[in-house]
Amino acid sequence: MTQFLGAVAGGVGLGSIYALLALGFVIIYKSMRVISFAQPAFMLAGAVLVSYLSPSIGFVPAVVVGAIAIAGVALVVERVAIRPMVGKAVFVIAIITIGIDIVVRVVAGAFIGRDPRQVGDPWGIDAWEVGGVYIAHRHIAAFLVTTVLVLALFAFFRWTPIGLAMRASALDQEAAMAQGVSVGAVFAVSWALAGGLAAVAGVFAASGRTMDQNLWHIALAALPVIILGGLDSLGGAVLGGLLIGVAQQVVASYHRQWFPGLDTNIGSITPYLVMLVVLLVRPYGLFGTKEVERV
Amino acid sequence: MSIGTPWGRPELYTDYKQDMALLNTRAKTAGVAAILVVAALLPLLVADDLLVILGGGLVLAIGALGLNLVTGYAGQVSLGHAFFVGVGAYTAAVMAGDPDGRYLGLGIDFMPLWLLGAGLVAALFGALVAPLATRLRGLYLAIVTLGLVFIGQYFFFEWNELSGGPQVGREAAKPALFGIEFTVDNGFKGGWTEEQKLFWLFLVILVIAAVAARNIARSRIGRAFAAIRDRDVAAGVMGVNLTHYKVIAFTLSSFYAGIAGALMYSASGHFTPESFSLLMSIQFIAIVLIGGVATVSGTIMGALLIAMLPRIAGELPAFVPFLSSSASEHPNVFEFEQVMYGVLIVAFLLFEPRGLFGIWHRIRTYWKSFPFSY
Repeated sequence: MTQFLGAVAGGVGLGSIYALLALGFVIIYKSMRVISFAQPAFMLAGAVLVSYLSPSIGFVPAVVVGAIAIAGVALVVERVAIRPMVGKAVFVIAIITIGIDIVVRVVAGAFIGRDPRQVGDPWGIDAWEVGGVYIAHRHIAAFLVTTVLVLALFAFFRWTPIGLAMRASALDQEAAMAQGVSVGAVFAVSWALAGGLAAVAGVFAASGRTMDQNLWHIALAALPVIILGGLDSLGGAVLGGLLIGVAQQVVASYHRQWFPGLDTNIGSITPYLVMLVVLLVRPYGLFGTKEVERV
Repeated sequence: MSIGTPWGRPELYTDYKQDMALLNTRAKTAGVAAILVVAALLPLLVADDLLVILGGGLVLAIGALGLNLVTGYAGQVSLGHAFFVGVGAYTAAVMAGDPDGRYLGLGIDFMPLWLLGAGLVAALFGALVAPLATRLRGLYLAIVTLGLVFIGQYFFFEWNELSGGPQVGREAAKPALFGIEFTVDNGFKGGWTEEQKLFWLFLVILVIAAVAARNIARSRIGRAFAAIRDRDVAAGVMGVNLTHYKVIAFTLSSFYAGIAGALMYSASGHFTPESFSLLMSIQFIAIVLIGGVATVSGTIMGALLIAMLPRIAGELPAFVPFLSSSASEHPNVFEFEQVMYGVLIVAFLLFEPRGLFGIWHRIRTYWKSFPFSY
């Protein structure tokens, strides 16, 4: 039981990271109907940037500055490479984001260097012990920050004018334009939000370990999350993130008992396996809107 | 193959067959013949180190033709091509492998057999994945095929008797036919070197694969693919069986990937499961987009360009002083090479969506209509 609870605690921490990343995917999808494969790069870039900033200005300011800076990078990318392609096939735009991902990721990766590099988080690998269950501080921090950010995001979409504009254009772009909504601004804000969220997720993904080039694989595991939750459901992204995170950690923890014949831990591919099963049963995820085809 | 149009009126097509012929103009006939002759003579003219790269490009082209069938012609985005290439590579290695060796091996020396086997096993996996594809569209499909790469790579890592395990790897299948061992270097004895023989082998297989792909594209199947790509609902209404043709598209594409996988490591003789990562899938996507979506000649051009990219990047430090050729310094040529993939993909999609084929098309039109601009 302690093993299970420990795995769940770790899973909630990991799931919070997934939720942040998945929210970015969903926000962009809702505004542009495109999946941005550039999220992994923004995540890595955010973590690297924070690791450079935090020794001089402290961890929390570094995270804030890093998130804003990556949001700025995302803005530029959207304006330069994505906006000219609006109206083209979604597949083409998705492939462009793959190209951007490679460029940004390699450039950010070059700054990692050879020395072990850390984001400078205050909690490291400390943990509390509650009834034999170890709960790492960084997982609690990830969960709390994600909760705050998710609440702030939902408030933003609910009560601010630009949030309303984003919801309107997600519902019907042309009708929103007819009402005077600047769809260009909506695109820009959604990319900036996604970039900022990815940067924060990157910090938590990199905390408690040294940075390496493979950090971006975590962001790819957020793709099954949005499939599970449904591509256009913000709540689904959060719930899906937590579900996948917990499932992955539980499988990783019980790997020895369940699959004694397999050497490599199967936890790493659990998100994809869950995704395949979900898709066979519900092709539009748990909360996604079923696509209606008009002829 | 008759050319069909009368002398003096080369653009007079009197029936559909003439219009759709493989070589529908005389210029094309002459051009293809010239390219084939040059390609066949290339091993005698070019240094061996460059031949290795070009030969690698030819193999990449075979795999990319497969991706172009499913993604370019049929419009089903697949990020899982690396998985099928891996299946082909391992099938070939197992079929041709030494039965008494450390890893799985059946000891089948006859090359056409293991080559076809690699293609067929990969095609079987493609057919198994295809039902998922028929339920999903567009970006959902892209993500699922991306998951396939990770799941596949897990099994390649895990199944040590098959793959040799991570970072260890196993020997690749060695092509040999009618007593010619393609991977044995006879250059010092006055015979052909390994690089020359492999280049010719790859060239022959690529020509067969390309002609087959072109013929598929202009057949009933190809027209069904194009209809599905352009508007699947409309295609369905017109009586194109969507499930049927999507399964065909994935199966054919995986067959090509399997063949490419079987040949990809002949030159190096050894491969590790790390090769079949998302990066390889992206490389194939890059080839298709840079070469030209839904074109055969463009795919081959794109594959050669991508294969040359490491070499081009390797030559750069001589001209660009801040670029280092050592992997431990930044920025280095390996990073530059990676960035170039990304930059080329983005640049081509933004400025030349039809790829290298589009550029060629513009040059051709310019000369054809010279001195008029239209």
